[in-house]
Amino acid sequence: MTEIDEMSVKQLKKDIFLTAYHGRTEHAHLASAFSLVEILYALYVKRVMKFKVSDPEWRDRDRLILSKGHGALALYSSMAMAGFFPMETLKKSFCHPGSPYGGEPHLHDLDGIEASTGSLGHGLSIGVGMALASKIDDVKNKVFVIIGDGESQEGTIWEAAMSAKNFQLDNLTVILDQNEVQEMGTVEEVSGISDWTEKWKSFGWEVIVVDGHNLDELSEILASKNNINTPRIVIAKTVKGNGVSLIERRSDWHYRMPNKKQLKTFQDKLNITDSELA
Amino acid sequence: MQKAFLQTLYDLAEEDRNVLMLSADNGIEFDKLFKRDFQQQYIEFGIAECNMVGAAAGLASYGKIPFVHTASNFLAYRAYEFIRNDVCVQNANVKIVGFGSGLANSTLGPSHHSTEDIGVLYSLPNLTILSVSSPLETEQAIKEAYLIKGPVYIRIGLVGEPEIQENLPENIFKKNNIIRDGGDVIVFSTGSIISEVLAAADLLQESGVSAKVINVNKIKPFHKESLIEVCAGISNIVTVEEHNVYGGLGSIIADIMVQEGIGGELLKIGLHDCFAKGYGTQHDVQNQNGLDRVGISESILARLKTPNLA
Repeated sequence: MTEIDEMSVKQLKKDIFLTAYHGRTEHAHLASAFSLVEILYALYVKRVMKFKVSDPEWRDRDRLILSKGHGALALYSSMAMAGFFPMETLKKSFCHPGSPYGGEPHLHDLDGIEASTGSLGHGLSIGVGMALASKIDDVKNKVFVIIGDGESQEGTIWEAAMSAKNFQLDNLTVILDQNEVQEMGTVEEVSGISDWTEKWKSFGWEVIVVDGHNLDELSEILASKNNINTPRIVIAKTVKGNGVSLIERRSDWHYRMPNKKQLKTFQDKLNITDSELA
Repeated sequence: MQKAFLQTLYDLAEEDRNVLMLSADNGIEFDKLFKRDFQQQYIEFGIAECNMVGAAAGLASYGKIPFVHTASNFLAYRAYEFIRNDVCVQNANVKIVGFGSGLANSTLGPSHHSTEDIGVLYSLPNLTILSVSSPLETEQAIKEAYLIKGPVYIRIGLVGEPEIQENLPENIFKKNNIIRDGGDVIVFSTGSIISEVLAAADLLQESGVSAKVINVNKIKPFHKESLIEVCAGISNIVTVEEHNVYGGLGSIIADIMVQEGIGGELLKIGLHDCFAKGYGTQHDVQNQNGLDRVGISESILARLKTPNLA
């Protein structure tokens, strides 16, 4: 990772926090956004995905669906950093009345959002439809779908997994943000499952496990081609709340904002000045 | 009606390569002909309705016009949230064709009845709901759905239903269609039960009651204006449906009557907040639930004898 990338990733986390902090909400999915930062930075800012900011409807663009829609803060901030809209506007308007930046992304609110998500277990099915359409129309693009490990408790993830292999969608890549924590405990405690590799392999997918905070590894894998006729899952091992030890791997930080005392910790970890909070 | 749907879709698919048929392992022999002739436009999802509906939204984002089809109950109930979030919230150009509507799956019991589908889908923004009673109407419904840019739910029966009218007027979805004239009572109905309603009107005539029958084949958006027009001068208003009277055609008409200040009293004939009883032919199940011609005519006569409606 270059020094610039390192600084930018830090900046992105800071932007995510400030967006939530100045948002018209008392809660935010900060920890779920922090586990996604490097993944979205690779796709949007390092431009692993091909897209045109000036023409968000460009037919041949790669598509990204954030199926775990509660990671919206990370998506918006990465899109802003990629130039879709000004970061300063985003930071002033999250969840404000009339703003396009809601707690979950909505297709018709914002150019560049490919699907409305929020209810878990939907995005992969939509992605299967998009990847099928690319095949039918011979569009040479990629469809990326980011899902969560908690989200993988939804049965439709597996309906979609089965169909993607059956349709031989080698233009489809799922990125599993395996942050291991959900609202009521660890994913293993809640569902009894912690190893995803064998499950996806048994559905006929190509499975690649990566460190979800290693930008170089992520960028290289996400830019490479799938095996022929095979959908791919990149299992990104991540830390929920990565970068702010106070909230790392903590289920009670799934959906909240810091109190005054905790705010200092965020300021220290993310290098946020008092004036930036004003 | 399934044959009419498939024949119409076959013709549309030939004209427009963006027309797709999405299947959930549930069809008739004719589906196989479609698959044979339009391999690129036929996608089999297997028994996974939610995934099929979600994928349809993804396909529609590329300009495809997917017609998803399986039994109404599997779409309206199992795939409800996918219809809501992926199709209606996104206003995706997806056509949802539910067959075996009402009590048509008469030997399979409540798991296969769609007697609450209008109730659950009516409140979805962006969704047009067409409900047809015959093969010719089905053909028009599929063509109409193709022309609408946005989500459409088309509620059809199975196979072998009779035609209701030999000469169907053009564009039956532009107004509420009067299919029998009369002056004592006005009966609104929808779907394949219409043939029983017409037979009930004959029985009523024998008792000296003349019934006007309206075939409501567009449930949403509902033609308020033509409702007001057809009700003029008649204060005995009846709805008949193979559906719960809560949330179905009766509730929709009651709502409009109150909003528009249409006078008269409303008798809702349908399932009274229960699941349909019994097995047999569709007619047998109608009979066991008071929804055959005799049951319908008797309910109307009983109501006409009450003092406030006499």
